[in-house]
Amino acid sequence: MSPMQSGLSIRRINAMVLRYWYVLRSSWPRILDLMYWPAVQMCMWGLLQLYLSQNSGFFARAAGTFIGAVMLWDILFRGQLGFSISFLEEMWARNIGNLMISPLRPIEFVASLMIMSLVRLAIGMVPVTLLAIAFFGFNLYSLGFALAAFFLNLLLTSWAVGIVVSGLILRHGMGAESLAWGIMFMILPFSAVYYPIAVLPEFLQPISWLLPPTYVFEGMRALLIDKTFRADLMIQAFALNAVYFSVAVFAFVQLLNSARRHGTLMQGVE
Amino acid sequence: MTANPAPAVTVDDLVKVYGEARAVDGISFALPRGTVTGLLGGNGAGKTTTISMIMGLTEPTSGRITVLGVEMPRQRYQVLHRMNFESPYVDLPHRLTVRQNLTVFGKLYGVADVRGRIATLGEQLDLTEFLDRPAGKLSSGQKTRVALAKALINEPEVLLLDEPTASLDPDTADWVRSHLETFRHERGATILLASHNMAEVERLCESVIIMKRGRIEDHDTPGRLLTRYGRATLEEVFLDVARGTGGIHEAAQ
Repeated sequence: MSPMQSGLSIRRINAMVLRYWYVLRSSWPRILDLMYWPAVQMCMWGLLQLYLSQNSGFFARAAGTFIGAVMLWDILFRGQLGFSISFLEEMWARNIGNLMISPLRPIEFVASLMIMSLVRLAIGMVPVTLLAIAFFGFNLYSLGFALAAFFLNLLLTSWAVGIVVSGLILRHGMGAESLAWGIMFMILPFSAVYYPIAVLPEFLQPISWLLPPTYVFEGMRALLIDKTFRADLMIQAFALNAVYFSVAVFAFVQLLNSARRHGTLMQGVE
Repeated sequence: MTANPAPAVTVDDLVKVYGEARAVDGISFALPRGTVTGLLGGNGAGKTTTISMIMGLTEPTSGRITVLGVEMPRQRYQVLHRMNFESPYVDLPHRLTVRQNLTVFGKLYGVADVRGRIATLGEQLDLTEFLDRPAGKLSSGQKTRVALAKALINEPEVLLLDEPTASLDPDTADWVRSHLETFRHERGATILLASHNMAEVERLCESVIIMKRGRIEDHDTPGRLLTRYGRATLEEVFLDVARGTGGIHEAAQ
């Protein structure tokens, strides 16, 4: 029977969510950490945006592109980090062996990590979006349906990356931990977060278009600068995300099977 | 006369190869239901790898394992809720309290009345007073009892124990052994116990498997092993097997 077989149990998913919730609520520094860095980032880029808009007609027109970009980037980055940190909690606690011999299915494990990624994102980002309204008059929620499309696409990418990174850590142990912290920064330059894709060298642009976040950030600029919602970009991003998410799940199963073959699940954190 | 029930665990020609090394090299045995079997062997003998394969945590290179009639690891999800495991090499989340840890595992194993089961285990394993203390702030003896509570949360029919009394003082270790005996008698559970403590194996086990370099060197009851090797204790038998010294006396008698 495949490790990702059906027979999904909400009870087991709830048990895992409860487990991560216990950890989160037991430590106020962890909760503060979730909010602190996104708030600092938002303030920094918000001030830069303010400065540029006072000195440039274009940036005055394009109000909110930097601050919008940094918040959407944080959804992508913190979404993946929220997924990976919950997974790493098991490795740090040497608990992965206990979970893997329990009736918990890998798909339930992954589902609980996705839920926790959402929870952590909500704790970190909702206060920041409110601060952006208060400090810079930028209301992310005014993007309406477009925000939902941006959010969903970024979240799907963050989960796909989180799933692959978790599989790599299961297979290769904590030597692969640094991927959890840094992998998103590898795609940052190619995702056209703070600048349009057109400024990238021509040979890099096809690579950039392979990344779903590129479509989101281009879509955000189209909305904020040209006041146009590019549905075509969102559909292409969804299509890419569907492919990458499926590939990520497949890769996770293969890495888990490989970990079983190599006995690394029993070795735990080494 | 009643029919002999099928063994709880069967292992048939099991092999695990890591690169050039044969960690487990063609072992076969069966664990009759309701029995306690000791798994002895020096470091690197293949005990932990064997247990890991029985649990479905490590995939065998070849061979066949069944647990309660279910093939492992292919059909593991049909049987994992009926078995459990304890080892000092895996841990429970330190930040969670004992009660939170047991609640999570109770729910994972589908225990009907988790709260009631935790209360019962708290009394049986003398955990009640620190149920609400973080698991990371317990002494090693208390941690072992908590790990045992986690292993018993689902009242498993098959219990795999990897050195359950390692790092315990003699009093606590004796206390854990007594509890295992009680659990086994009350539940009729089948227990496979990997241990370096020969007195523990003599006390708890009806049969003993001695492994060396991935192979089974001997498999019998403690009494018959003592007779066959002409020794007074299992420790002496173990040393004979481990060092390749001593002779088997039975044939000569």
